[in-house]
Amino acid sequence: MKIVIVGGGKVGRTLSEQLAREKHDIVLIDNSREVVSELSAELDIMVMYGNGASMHTLQAAEVGSSDLMIAVTPMDELNFMCCVIARKLGCPNTIARIRDPEYHEQLYFLREELGLSMTVNPEWTTATEINRLLQVPGFLKRDSFAKGRVEIVEIVVQPDSPLCGMRLPDMHRHLKVRVLVCAVERGNSVSIPDGSFTMQAGDKIYVTAPTGDLGELLRGLGIRSRKAKDVLLIGGSRIAQALSSMLIRSGARVKIIESSPERAAKLAELLPEATIINADGTNQTLLNTENISQMDAVITLTNIDEENLIISMYANWLGVPQVITKINRLEYTDVFRDKGVDCVISPKQLCAQSIVRYVRSMQNLSGSSVITMHHLVNNQVEALEFLVTDSTLNVGKTLSEIRLKPNILIASITRMGRVIIPGGSDTIEKGDTLIIVTASDRVILDLNDIFELDG
Amino acid sequence: MNYRIITRIIGRILCVEAAFMLPALVLSLCLHERGAALSLLVTIAACAVIGVLLALVKPKREGFYARDGFVTVGLAWIVVSLFGAMPFFLSREIPNFMDAVFETVSGFTTTGASILTDVEALSSGLLYWRSFTHWLGGMGVLVFVLAIGPITSGEGGNAMYLLRAESPGPQVSKLVPRMRRTAMILYAIYIVMTVLEAVLLLCGGMPLFDAVTTAFGTAGTGGFSIRATSLADYSSYCQTVTAIFMVLFGVNFSIYYLLLIGQFRRVFKSEELRAYLAIIVAAVLIIALDILHSYQSFGRALHEAFFQVASIITTTGFATADFNAWPELSRMLLVLLMIIGACAGSTGGGIKVSRFLLLIKSGKRSLAQTLRPNSVKLIHMDGEIVEDPTVSGVRSYLVLYCLIAGISLIVVSLDNFSFDTNVSAVMACLNNIGPGLDAVGPTANYASFSLLSKLVLTVNMLLGRLELYPIIILFSPSAWKK
Repeated sequence: MKIVIVGGGKVGRTLSEQLAREKHDIVLIDNSREVVSELSAELDIMVMYGNGASMHTLQAAEVGSSDLMIAVTPMDELNFMCCVIARKLGCPNTIARIRDPEYHEQLYFLREELGLSMTVNPEWTTATEINRLLQVPGFLKRDSFAKGRVEIVEIVVQPDSPLCGMRLPDMHRHLKVRVLVCAVERGNSVSIPDGSFTMQAGDKIYVTAPTGDLGELLRGLGIRSRKAKDVLLIGGSRIAQALSSMLIRSGARVKIIESSPERAAKLAELLPEATIINADGTNQTLLNTENISQMDAVITLTNIDEENLIISMYANWLGVPQVITKINRLEYTDVFRDKGVDCVISPKQLCAQSIVRYVRSMQNLSGSSVITMHHLVNNQVEALEFLVTDSTLNVGKTLSEIRLKPNILIASITRMGRVIIPGGSDTIEKGDTLIIVTASDRVILDLNDIFELDG
Repeated sequence: MNYRIITRIIGRILCVEAAFMLPALVLSLCLHERGAALSLLVTIAACAVIGVLLALVKPKREGFYARDGFVTVGLAWIVVSLFGAMPFFLSREIPNFMDAVFETVSGFTTTGASILTDVEALSSGLLYWRSFTHWLGGMGVLVFVLAIGPITSGEGGNAMYLLRAESPGPQVSKLVPRMRRTAMILYAIYIVMTVLEAVLLLCGGMPLFDAVTTAFGTAGTGGFSIRATSLADYSSYCQTVTAIFMVLFGVNFSIYYLLLIGQFRRVFKSEELRAYLAIIVAAVLIIALDILHSYQSFGRALHEAFFQVASIITTTGFATADFNAWPELSRMLLVLLMIIGACAGSTGGGIKVSRFLLLIKSGKRSLAQTLRPNSVKLIHMDGEIVEDPTVSGVRSYLVLYCLIAGISLIVVSLDNFSFDTNVSAVMACLNNIGPGLDAVGPTANYASFSLLSKLVLTVNMLLGRLELYPIIILFSPSAWKK
C-alpha cells in the first residue's frame, strides 16, 4: 500500500519503521531538514522536506494516488488540515492524531464531517491501557482478542510461585483452568515453547486464557487479585488527567503529585475528587510523607523517562503491589526489566500499534485478514487474530496433523462465541477465529502463511 | 563493523559473477576455444564454491551502517576484480597477473584502458567476458544484487548504505520509496537501452558479436573494443549510433524514469542535463572548427568531433580517430572534458557535471560574500536548496581528488614517460576514460608501464569509479577501529 505520513517525530518514526518492514511504500513529510536527512539514511522510505498541509507538498508526495495518509505532527490543528486536504486530493483513508482533550468531545462530529477514518489519541489510549491493568492486578500486560473474549496476559514467575519447576503440560493439572503458554522470555531471549519446557523463577510467561477465566487463573497461581483502591500518580500530565477520571469513576482514591504549581492548580480544578500535591515527585522524603509504601498502585507519568524509572524502582523496592512506568524511549527497557521495572507503557508505541492494526485491517488479502494485532515482549513477539475462511488451508484437520512453520503457535480458537484453548486433537473449522503467536521477524499477512508447505 | 553481513554480501556477489561468466564459457565451448573454456570453467567453479560458502555465513547482529556500506563496496569490487582476472591469467592469454588485474579492473570500472598489444588475438570467450565486465560495472555490481537478490528482513536498511556507497554523484536519491524497486527500475532501463543499441547496430550491418560487445562497452561507458582500431573501421552510421547512445548513457538515469512517468517539466528543470548538453554542443563546435583543416568537409569534421566529444565526456573511450594527432586546442579541450565527466547517476565517470555546477555556484557565492560580508546567499539547484554539508562535501571531494591525482602523477612519472603521457594516463584512469594522449593515446596502450605504475593506475581506476571514499576507507586505520 502507498502510505503518506506527515510528522517525523517519535510516533511518525515508529510507524515508518513498522510499516516499511511490512513492505508498504512510505513517504514521510517533515518540516525539519535534520529529521529529513537523518531518517532518509536510516529507513527504507522516501523522506520529503515540506509542510504537510501545503497542497504543493502533498501533491509532490502523490497523496492523490496513495491509499492512506497518517498525520502525526505535534499540532492537532495541523493534523486536521493535512487530513482534510489529503481527502480532497483523493486519498481515501486518513488518520489524525488528536491530543487535546477539548477536541476529544467533538471527535465524532470531526470524524463524520471531515471524513477522517480514524483518530488516535495516545494519551487517552495510554490511560485506558493503564486502567485495564489496574482493574486486574497480577498481570504485567493484557492484550485482548476475539472481541474481548480471549486475552494474552504476561505473568512473572515469582520464586515462591507454584509454577517454579513445573513443566508446561502439567500446568493444566495444577490450575483449574485450561490455558496455553504461548511465549516465554528468559533473560534476553524470547522463545515459543513446546511441551518439554520447564518454567523457572524469573521467567516472564505469556499465557492465553479466556477472559472469564482470568480471575480463576490468578487464584490458581496464588496471586492475590485485588482491584487497586489507592493509586498514586507521579506527574500531572494529560495521561494522568485522563487516567484519574477513569479511576475515580470506578471508585478508586487517586493522589497526583505534580511539580508545576500552575498545572497542579489546573488539575485541582478539573479533578475535584482527587488529591493534588504540588511537589517534586523524585523527592524521597515527600514520597514517604505521602505514604507511597501503602499504595496499591504507583504509576510514574512524568515527561522524563529517567525520573519515572527511578521512582518506579523505589516503589518496587518498597513492595508496592503494582508499579507501572511510562517510558518514551524503549531501547533501554530490557536493561531495567531485571531490576523489577517490568510493567512499562509507551504511549508512542500504543499509538503506532493501533494505527498499524488499522493498516493491517485495511489489507483484505484473500479474505484471511488480520482482525487484531498486538506486540508482546517489547516487540519481539506478535500475536495476530485471523478469521478462518474458505481460502484457508487445512480446514477440518486436527492440530496434531497440521504442520506449522517453526516458531509459530496457535494460541487459541474461538468458535461460535466459545473459547477453546487448543490441544492436539482440536480442529480448525471455517468461521473460527484463531490467535497466532509468532516471533516478530516474520511478517504474517495471511493466515495461510503459517502453514508449512508440503512437498 | 559487521563482518558477517559483509562476507555474506560478497559471497552473493561472487555467485552472481559466476553466473555472468557462463555465457562466455558457452561461447568458448561453441567455438572450441579450449584454453579459454577451461580457464573460464575453473574460475566459475571457484567463484561459485567460494561464493556459496561465504553467502552461507549467518549474521550475529543486524547492525549495518554507512561504514559497513563503504567497506562492502570497496572490498566487493576488489574481490570481483581479482576473480574476474583469473580467466585471462589461467588461460595465459594475459600471462602477467598484474596485467590481467589491470585489464579486469579497467573492465569493471568501465575505464577501458588496455595493456593488450594485440586485442584481436584474444579468444572470443574472453573478449566477451572483457566487454561484459563493462556492462556489469557500469550500473554497479551491488545495485544488481540489490535488485535481484533475495532479501532477508534486515536488508532494507542495508540496501540504502550500499546504494549510496556505490552510486556516483554528490546526492543520491531514490526513484521510489523502496530501495530494491529503485534498483530494479534502474536495471530495467539499463537493459532496455543496451538491447536497443545492439539492435540498431545490427541494423547497420555490424556483426552480432561486435554489436553486442560494443553495446556493452557503450552502456557501461567503458570503451573496450574487440578491434585494435577501436571503432574507426565501422560505418559512419554505426559510429553515429554509438555516439548518440554514449551521450544517452551519460545522462542521469532518474531523468529516464521521470520521462517514463510523464514528468516532463522536471526533466527540463534539470540544470545538470542542460549544462551537460550545452558543454557537448560547445565542445563539438569548437573542436570541429579546430580540426577542419584535417578533414575533407565540415560534415566529416563535425562527425569526428561529435564522436570524440561524446566518447570523452561520458568517459567511454571509444575512438574513431587518433585525436592525439589533433591540434593542441582540441587536445586540451578533450582533457578538460575528461575531468568534468558525465552526469551524476549515470554510468559515466569524471568528477560529474553536477559537482562542477555546485562548485561554480559555490564560487560565485564566495565572491558575493567577499564583496558583502554579511549577505546570506543560498545555493539552488533545479529549484531546490542545496544544503551546506552537500556543498562542502563537494569541495572536500575535489581536494581529495587533486591529492590523489598528484600522488599518482609522481609515482607514474618514475617510468620517465612524457608529461603529456603521465598526466593524461592518470586522468584517464582516475576518470575512467581509458585512452589518453601521447604514449597512451587511442592507438597505443598501457603495456609499457612498469608494474608499480600499473598498480597505481589500477587503484586510480577503482578510486574513480567508486568516487574515492570506499577504497580510501579500506586503507584508513580509523575505519577498522571499533
